[in-house]
Amino acid sequence: MHRTARGGLAIATSIALLVSAAGCGGDGDGGSGRGSVPGVTDTEIVVGTHMPLTGPASAGYSKIAPATKAYFDFVNANGGVHGRKITYKIMDDGYNPATTQQVVRQLVLQDKVFAILNGLGTPTHSGVLDFLKSNRVPDLFVASGSRTWDQPEKYPSTFGFNPDYTVEGKILANHVKTALPGRKVCFLGQDDDFGRDSLAGVEKVLGAGGVAVKQTYVTSNTNVAPQIGAFKAGGCQVVVLATVPGFTALSIGTAARLDFRPQWVVSNVGADHPTLAKQLGQAAPLLEGLIGANYLPMQNATTDPWIQLFTKVNKEYNGDAPFDGNTVYGMAVGYLFVQVLLAAGKDLTRESVVEAVRRGGYQGPGLAPLRYSTTDHSGYGGQRLTRVTGGVQSYFGPAYETDEGDGAVREYTATTTPPPANGVPTAS
Amino acid sequence: MSATRAAVPPRQRATGQARDEIPARRGSTLLRHLAVVLVAGLLLLGLSYAVEPFRNFQLATVAAYLCATAGLTVLTGLNGQLSLGHGALMATGAYTLALSQTAFADRGVTGGWLLPVSLAAAAAVTVCVGAVVGVAAARLRGPYLAGVTLAVAVVVPALTVTFDGVFNGEQGLSVPVEPPPLGLGPYFPYERWQFWIAAAVTLLVLLLLANLVRSRYGRTFRAVRDDEVAARLAGIHVARTQVLAFVVSAATAGLGGALLAVLAQSVSPGAFSLTLSLFLLMAVVIGGLGRLAGAVWGAVLLVALPDLSHSVTEQLALSPAAAQRLEGNLPLAIFGVTLVVVMIVAPGGVQGLLSRLGRALLARRPGRRS
Amino acid sequence: MDRFVFLTLDGLSRGAVYAAFALALVLIWRAARVVNFAQGAMAVAAAYVAYGVSAATGSYWLGFLAALAAGLLFGAVVDRAVMRYVDHASPLNPVIVALGLVLLIQAVLGMVYGSEFRPAGTPFSRGALTVGGLALLSPYDLFVFGAVGVVVAALAWVFARTPVGLRMRAAAFAPEVSRLLGVNVGGMLTLGWALASGVGALAAMLVIPTELGLHPHAMDLVFVSAFTAAVVGGLDSPPGAVVGGLAVGLLLSYVSGYAGSDRTPLAVLVLLLAVLLVRPGGLFATVTARRV
Repeated sequence: MHRTARGGLAIATSIALLVSAAGCGGDGDGGSGRGSVPGVTDTEIVVGTHMPLTGPASAGYSKIAPATKAYFDFVNANGGVHGRKITYKIMDDGYNPATTQQVVRQLVLQDKVFAILNGLGTPTHSGVLDFLKSNRVPDLFVASGSRTWDQPEKYPSTFGFNPDYTVEGKILANHVKTALPGRKVCFLGQDDDFGRDSLAGVEKVLGAGGVAVKQTYVTSNTNVAPQIGAFKAGGCQVVVLATVPGFTALSIGTAARLDFRPQWVVSNVGADHPTLAKQLGQAAPLLEGLIGANYLPMQNATTDPWIQLFTKVNKEYNGDAPFDGNTVYGMAVGYLFVQVLLAAGKDLTRESVVEAVRRGGYQGPGLAPLRYSTTDHSGYGGQRLTRVTGGVQSYFGPAYETDEGDGAVREYTATTTPPPANGVPTAS
Repeated sequence: MSATRAAVPPRQRATGQARDEIPARRGSTLLRHLAVVLVAGLLLLGLSYAVEPFRNFQLATVAAYLCATAGLTVLTGLNGQLSLGHGALMATGAYTLALSQTAFADRGVTGGWLLPVSLAAAAAVTVCVGAVVGVAAARLRGPYLAGVTLAVAVVVPALTVTFDGVFNGEQGLSVPVEPPPLGLGPYFPYERWQFWIAAAVTLLVLLLLANLVRSRYGRTFRAVRDDEVAARLAGIHVARTQVLAFVVSAATAGLGGALLAVLAQSVSPGAFSLTLSLFLLMAVVIGGLGRLAGAVWGAVLLVALPDLSHSVTEQLALSPAAAQRLEGNLPLAIFGVTLVVVMIVAPGGVQGLLSRLGRALLARRPGRRS
Repeated sequence: MDRFVFLTLDGLSRGAVYAAFALALVLIWRAARVVNFAQGAMAVAAAYVAYGVSAATGSYWLGFLAALAAGLLFGAVVDRAVMRYVDHASPLNPVIVALGLVLLIQAVLGMVYGSEFRPAGTPFSRGALTVGGLALLSPYDLFVFGAVGVVVAALAWVFARTPVGLRMRAAAFAPEVSRLLGVNVGGMLTLGWALASGVGALAAMLVIPTELGLHPHAMDLVFVSAFTAAVVGGLDSPPGAVVGGLAVGLLLSYVSGYAGSDRTPLAVLVLLLAVLLVRPGGLFATVTARRV
């Protein structure tokens, strides 16, 4: 009869021993002096991220963090930042918010990272905002276009990176309004803030009645034929997609199957041509004429000095992994972070790095302005349109910038600057 | 025959649990359990000071999962009903707590009593949901019950998207939780406080479950599992017993989910997917089905195994290309192999293995096969 | 009305695949009394074999045959190397082992092929034949119906008319007696696993081109739908699997078309409850469950 009791005690004791053993092991190398900045020594800066490396949501995204790491390795090989080498700890969360909780706490509490960089996903990252705030961890360049990251008063050290979905919706709709006037416009969006914010942006430009048929999809239902069938029945001529790459390809494939060929206008999230072409396989020619948007150099623009730099880094430090939009994205994040570290100065603290981002004024590979200021924590504030012609996706027209409110969509005329000769930013 | 087969067939129970069912002597079960819980509580209190914050958080997570696995092991192990939907019941508890805490915060109500009230609300709402599912479940057996509970596991997260006005869709809700009381000092680690909350609730749940298992109700649970016809002949209302088991199990799962929400300070449907339900089931079977001690091992494994296998991966020095492929996948492969091997080598789970070892040592002779 | 016809045809072509996959689940349940949760992952592994073969030879059909062969082989291997050693005393044990296999197979596929979606080819056009402005079935849909129909007919014939089929049924329903009568019960079990896994591989080959593409998790959602279909039809009944599969396919199509795609899980739950509360053993249950 006492077996349960003894069993319980035995378990509690053995767990206690196990955990305290593990705990002691962790303490030994953690204490590097009081008053020091977590994750920063004279020779090293440790930063961490959470990304889906496995699971259904990991397609494409699993390449981002390795690309960022490759850029950091490149910088480290060139002497690092203020003599410090950057160590990037990549944790897999499988796009599961519960796992994100665990791995981010592990990064912050156990691995004592200096900052969280480029944590990916709206549902996943939303869950750790409060934790990061209460531990005063800089939460830089979140990989999602949600407007959640832009709340300077509530989350003073959280900053976005991607243009938010409303800005993007406005720019896409502006193109539809000016270049394709009088067409019947329809909209397919993911059933979350991505689709909602994007639709809001589209309707800000086209008016509340400007979208004839509105449909949504959920990622757990891979049959979009009912939605596409509704577009066909509604006589849509232009379809704006706020979809992830898998569902862009699926929608376009399904439409072709129904002999429905509208003008596709696709969010940057789901418009990366290599990803779509790979998924469609032999049906890739369906992508001809697809309008997309982007704010970073196109991966196929081999004459672009940024792409030349990133290709070189990819070859030397990333095992020459397939080079696509996600690789460019990852390296652009790495470049911006190095810029910010330089601007924060040699006496690096968590406060100084947040202050450095707020000062703004960063110019990197992006085609649109980075909006960071004391009152604005959102990332890129605009995009440039792309079109697939002859199986090649390339930019056309000017870059645009706008806000998430009722501001007009304006041309952004500042020219981009090439990277420094050695590929590593210098303190400005 | 097949359609009526319970989750644990006669053969295993004859060797495995018969011993538990015949009390050696009648003592005050409640007092004895209370003593164990007090000692365990004191040990855990000491532990919370001995380890660093991240370990405290992990222990708190173990405690939250333990609420759910303990209830599931009572349902599946003792009452023979299979549930693939406990993740959804956890979600119910978590969302109830989130809505309740938000309602308090919006009205500017503060105080230490809020959290217990919200936890009670979470348990109450989950009891209602559990009762509805339980009434349906009482008519179904084996894979048919699995099918319905699987559908429940898929539906509940999807409802948060359908009614996104209340539940805020995929992004979920944030959960306002008050900081530790000032009496504990200004620099009291938040994770230790979270562990205290989770441990207190879980110990209470374990105490109640342990007494339930030893009580008349526990005996009727087992009687129904072993032979429904015999149980009915003995005057047991089978359907009522099954619904009761489901309700008890749902209440603990709801509390477990609510604790997870407190720990994460947020809830979102992605955290309560079908995968969670399947992992809970794996945890109780690997730990040792039908024993509360097995539920403890299961909950520990749920938290420790991914962490351990991640550390193993980190130790290997790999080229970037190989690292990208193995990263994330290797821990899953290790987890999968562990599951298969444990089930083949020790079908009684960890706790079954330990009791076998213990018996072998006590008897001072080679372990018997069971 | 056009929309109704469109949704019906779309639902049927999906339902046919769910039917095939549900049939695979029913086969294993009848042979071994195991709900094979690893069915989806095993079928995806077979589809990756097809991908490799098709890429190397340039022939869809060689890949298709390779997938069927790989499916049969995986089933036999899983039975001989793993399931045979599992203590079936508790029906939960094989379920947990199957879940362990899911993790293992998906992780290995992720390591070997990465987590990118890969295009899956089709042997026939997926463009719909249009009649009077109304898009009807595509040649590929007809191929799906044909393939599933052939498999259902062949299995019915094998189990009803051939000695092997009769021995398999005998071994599943009365193993002890069959053994006394000289039936190789273990061999029949392996054959059952192989057949089921082969049918699963066929279903994967049919459905993956119509979804996001080849991916280690490509069959996760199909598994949930097919398991529902098998339960609705009755796990002991092959005709039940077919009817259940078509019913689930139609339901998903109508609900996404008329109510919104986020409502589909709820509709599936309602269908399950409606069927099981009236018939707790599924639509085609031969054994009535004990009244409680």
